[in-house]
Amino acid sequence: MISLRQTFNRFRAFFRTDQLDSEVKDEMAAHLEMAVEENLSRGMSAEEARRQALVRFGGVQQALERHRESRTLPWVDVLRQDLRFTFRMLRRDSGFAVVAVLILALGIGANIAVFSVVNTILLRPLPFRDPQQLVRIVEKDPKAGESSKTYTADATQDFQQQNHSFQSVSGYFAFSGPDNFKLIGNGQPTPATGLLVADGFFQTLGVEPSLGRLFRPEELVQHAQPAALLSYPFWKRRLAGDRSIVGSTINLNNSSVTVIGVLPETFDFGAVFSPGTKVDLFVPYIMDDFRDDGNDLALVARLKQGVTLAQAQSETDQLLPQLYFEHKHPEYGKGYTGQLTGLKEYVSGKLRRSLIVLWCAVGLILLIVCVNLSNLLLARAAARSKEFAMRRALGAGRARLVRQLLTESLVLAGAGAVLGLGLAFAILSYLAHQGSIGLPLLAMVRVDATVLEWTLLIAIAAAVLFAAAPGLRMSSGNLQEVLKDSGQGLSEGRKHDRLRSTLVITEIALACVLLVGAGLLLRSFLRVLDIDLGFEASHAAAISVDYDDGGNAAKRAAIWQEVTSRSLMIPGVESAGISDNLPMSRNRSWGIAAKGEQKKLNGQDFLPIFVYIVSPGYLKAMGMRLVEGRDLTWNDLANDRAVVILNQTVAHKLWPGQDPIGRTAVAGGTDAEVIGVIADVRETGAEDNPGAQMYLPGTKQWGPEGCYLVLRSKLPPTTLAASVMHTLRNMNPGQPATEFKPIQALVDHATSPRRFFVVLVGTFACLGLLLASLGIYGVISYSVTRQTQEIGIRMALGATQWWVQFDVIWKTLRLALIGVAVGIVASLLLARLIASLLFQTASSDPLTFVAMVAVLGAVALVAGYLPARRASKINPIVALRTN
Amino acid sequence: MGQLKLDLLQGTLDVMVLQTLHVLGPLHGYGIARRIEQVSGNEVLLNQGTIYASLVRLQQRAWINAKWGTSDNNRIAKFYSITKLGQKQLMKDTAYWQRLAGVMRRVLAMQGEGGER
Repeated sequence: MISLRQTFNRFRAFFRTDQLDSEVKDEMAAHLEMAVEENLSRGMSAEEARRQALVRFGGVQQALERHRESRTLPWVDVLRQDLRFTFRMLRRDSGFAVVAVLILALGIGANIAVFSVVNTILLRPLPFRDPQQLVRIVEKDPKAGESSKTYTADATQDFQQQNHSFQSVSGYFAFSGPDNFKLIGNGQPTPATGLLVADGFFQTLGVEPSLGRLFRPEELVQHAQPAALLSYPFWKRRLAGDRSIVGSTINLNNSSVTVIGVLPETFDFGAVFSPGTKVDLFVPYIMDDFRDDGNDLALVARLKQGVTLAQAQSETDQLLPQLYFEHKHPEYGKGYTGQLTGLKEYVSGKLRRSLIVLWCAVGLILLIVCVNLSNLLLARAAARSKEFAMRRALGAGRARLVRQLLTESLVLAGAGAVLGLGLAFAILSYLAHQGSIGLPLLAMVRVDATVLEWTLLIAIAAAVLFAAAPGLRMSSGNLQEVLKDSGQGLSEGRKHDRLRSTLVITEIALACVLLVGAGLLLRSFLRVLDIDLGFEASHAAAISVDYDDGGNAAKRAAIWQEVTSRSLMIPGVESAGISDNLPMSRNRSWGIAAKGEQKKLNGQDFLPIFVYIVSPGYLKAMGMRLVEGRDLTWNDLANDRAVVILNQTVAHKLWPGQDPIGRTAVAGGTDAEVIGVIADVRETGAEDNPGAQMYLPGTKQWGPEGCYLVLRSKLPPTTLAASVMHTLRNMNPGQPATEFKPIQALVDHATSPRRFFVVLVGTFACLGLLLASLGIYGVISYSVTRQTQEIGIRMALGATQWWVQFDVIWKTLRLALIGVAVGIVASLLLARLIASLLFQTASSDPLTFVAMVAVLGAVALVAGYLPARRASKINPIVALRTN
Repeated sequence: MGQLKLDLLQGTLDVMVLQTLHVLGPLHGYGIARRIEQVSGNEVLLNQGTIYASLVRLQQRAWINAKWGTSDNNRIAKFYSITKLGQKQLMKDTAYWQRLAGVMRRVLAMQGEGGER
C-alpha cells in the first residue's frame, strides 16, 4: 500500500538523493559509534568492539541500498543509473553522439515539418464551427474557370429561399483582384485587398468577430451606409491594433466607410479559399448591385443538422436546374447544375495524393536514418561486446542490458527530437510566411499538440527501431567466446559484417526509391517549366493603376492612352499595355459564338470564353504572339469599334478550316469583328490546357474590371518601380502605392505547389543519398580497419596495391549493385502510385532510372574509394607488427 | 544460533518501531534497534542497518518525525518521535496484530486437537 503522500515524498526524495544519502550516512556513522562505545563499556577490545558493531549492523552499503530502495521509486532509480551511465558513455564517445544526434535531428525534423503540413492541410479540421457541415457548391462540369464555379445573384437568392437542406447558403464575390481598394489616410494612399461577401457569409462559416459585430441585413441593401470588417493582420499592421477604430470611419476609395468589426486572428480567408493571397477587409456584396453581372458568387453553404451530403445533393440536383440565370432576362434561360463537395475536401482534396507521397518520402528518410544509426551502433557494439559480456558475466540480466541499450537510444532519439523540433519550427515559420506558395491552409501551419505527440511517437519508434538489431545482437551471443576473443578474429567478424551489409543494402535500396521518385517529379517539373505558356513571363512586370474616369468610356480610353504613352517614355521600357486581368491570376468568362451560327455548338448557344479587356500594346508587352491579323489600335478605342482578337483554339472551333479574320463573332452579347488571332495562352495554370480566350478593346461596349499596366523591359522591376510610380503619381496623385510585380511571379505562383513538392522530395532524396553514402563508407571503412592484418599478409604475399584497392571497391560495388537492384524493383512498383502526380513523364521513365542508378553508383564508388585508398596504403610490415 | 532466530515478517519491523517510539518517546536509530533487540530477548534476526529503511518509510508516511539532537553521551544523532497520525496507525496495527495472533492461536490449537496426537 503506497499512499499518495508517500509517492509524493518518494518523488521528492528522488531529486534529493545526494543530500539524503549524506544524512543517512551521518546517521549510520553515529549509530556505529554508539554501538562501539557500548561494546567498549562492556569491556571488549577496541578492535572487537568495532567488529561486533559492524556485524550487528549488517553491512553499511546494503543498509544504504535498502534505505534508497524504500525511500524512492525503484524503477526511477534504475532509470537514473541507466541515464547516468548513458551520459558517461556518450561523453566518452562524443563524436559518435554528435553524429548520431545530428542525423536523427535531420530525420526527425524533416518528419515533424512534413507532418505539420499534412496535419494542417489534410488532417486538421478547418478552423470553423462544425466544419464537417460546410460545403462548397460549384457547377458539375467547370470548364471555363471561375465563371462556371459561380452563380448569379438571382440564382443564389432563389436557391437560398427554396432549399430545405441547408441552414444557410452564402457566398463571396469571386472576381476581385489584389489591391482593389485604396485606403486613404494621412500620407500616401495605400492599396488594400477587399472582398465582397454576401449576407450571412461569416455566420455560415461560424466565424465570430473578435471585436465589434458582423454585417447587419440593412447594410446589405443599396444605398446603405458603407461598412467594412477588417482582417486581424490588416488591423494590427495598418491600424496599429487600435481598438477604438471599431465604430469610426476610414476612407476607402474616396468614400467614408464605417469599420464595424475586426475578424479573429484564426480567420484567414486566403489560406482556405484562395491560397497564396491575403484579404485585408470585407465589404458587403449587395445583391441589387450585381443583378446584371452574370455569375460572380462563389457559394458556401452549411448543411442542416442530420442532412447528409447525398440528400442535399439530390435536392440541389432538383432545384438548381429550375433556376433562371437572371430574373430580368428570362430569355437567358436556366439550367444550373451544382456539385456539392465538403469544404475541406474541396480545399485540400486534390493535394491528398501529393501530401501522402511526401509523407511516405519523409518516412523513408526516417527509415534510412534508423538503418544508418543501427549501423553506427553495430560498429560500437563490436567495440563494446566485451563490456557487455563482462557485465553479463557479473550477473546483469539480459533484460537489464537491453534496457540499458534502449535507454541509450532513447536519449539519442530524444536529443535528436528536440533538435529536430527546432529545425521543424524554423522550416515551418519560413513556410507559413511564404505567401507565394499556392497551397491552401499553409499559412496556418504551426507546431501544435498533435505535432508534439507525433514527434514523441516517431522519436520512440525510431529509438526502438535502430536499437533493436544491435540490442539483440549484443545481449545474445556466447559469453565465453566473446570474452576469449581477442577482437581481431575473422570468423566472428564475418557474421557481424553480414548484418551490417544487409543494413547498408537496405539503405541503398531506400535511397534508390527516393531518388527515383524525386527524379520523376523533377523531370515532370522541368517539363512543366518547358511548356510554351503563350506569353513571355520574363522581363515583364505589372502594376495595378488607379484612375477616375467617372464611368465614361471615352475618358477612360484617353487615360489609358496617356498612361501607356507616358510609361513608354520611361527609359528602358520597351513596350507597354493595359489589361483588366492577367493570365494565371483571376479569370472570368463570358460566351462567344460565330454570328448566325449560335445553335451549332453542340446544343449550346455560346461557348464559354475567357475575357480580357485590353489596350493596344498589351499583347506585345506580355509577349503574346499574333499569328494572324493585327493588334488593337488607339483608333479602335477612340471610335468605340467593336473588334475582337481570339486565340487559335476558339478561332478554330468557331470557323474550322476557315480564315477567321474579318468575320463577325457575338462576343459577350455584342457583335464584334475578328481582327486578329494569337497563339494559345495558358490561362489558368501551366499544366491546364488552354481554353477559349478573347481580347476586347476597352470601349463602351465592354467594361473592364480593374486596370493592370504591363511593361516589358530588360531592367529588373525593382529598378523600374520608382520611376513607374513617379509617372503614375504625376498623372494621378491618388495612385496608391501598389506593387510593381514581375509577371514571372504569377507563373511561379501557378507552379508553386509542384515546385514545393519537387523541392521537398528532392531535398529528402539528397539527404537519403548522403545518409546512404555515409552508411557505405562506414561499413567499408570499418571492414578495412578490421582486416588491416589480413590485407597486410596478402600484400606481404605479393598482392599489389591496385589489387587491394580493386578488392575493396568491388566489395562496395557489390553492396551498391544489390541495393540498387532491390531499389529499382521497389521503385518500379511504387512509381506507379505517383503516376498521377507526374506530368508528361512515364512512371517507368528510363532516363530517370538510368540517371538515378548512375548517381547512386557514383556515390557508392566515392564512398568506397576512400577506404580502398587507405587499404592500399597499408604498410605490410607495420600491419603485421601491430596487435 | 542464527538459524534459531525468528525471521521478521513483512511489516512487523515498522510496528515494532512505532510501538517503541510510542512507549519510550523520542529515540535515535541505535536506541530503537537496541531496545527492540532487548525486548524481543534477542529472539529476532535483526540487522540493525535495516532499521533505517523502516525509519525512512515511516517518515515518508508522516507517522514519525525526525530531528537532529544530542544523545545522553553528547553525540549528535537523529531523534525520531511518533506523530498523531503514527499513534492512530499504531492503534490500528495493534488491533490487527492482536486479531491475527488470536486467529493463529485458535487455528493452531484446532490442528492440535484434531491431529495425529
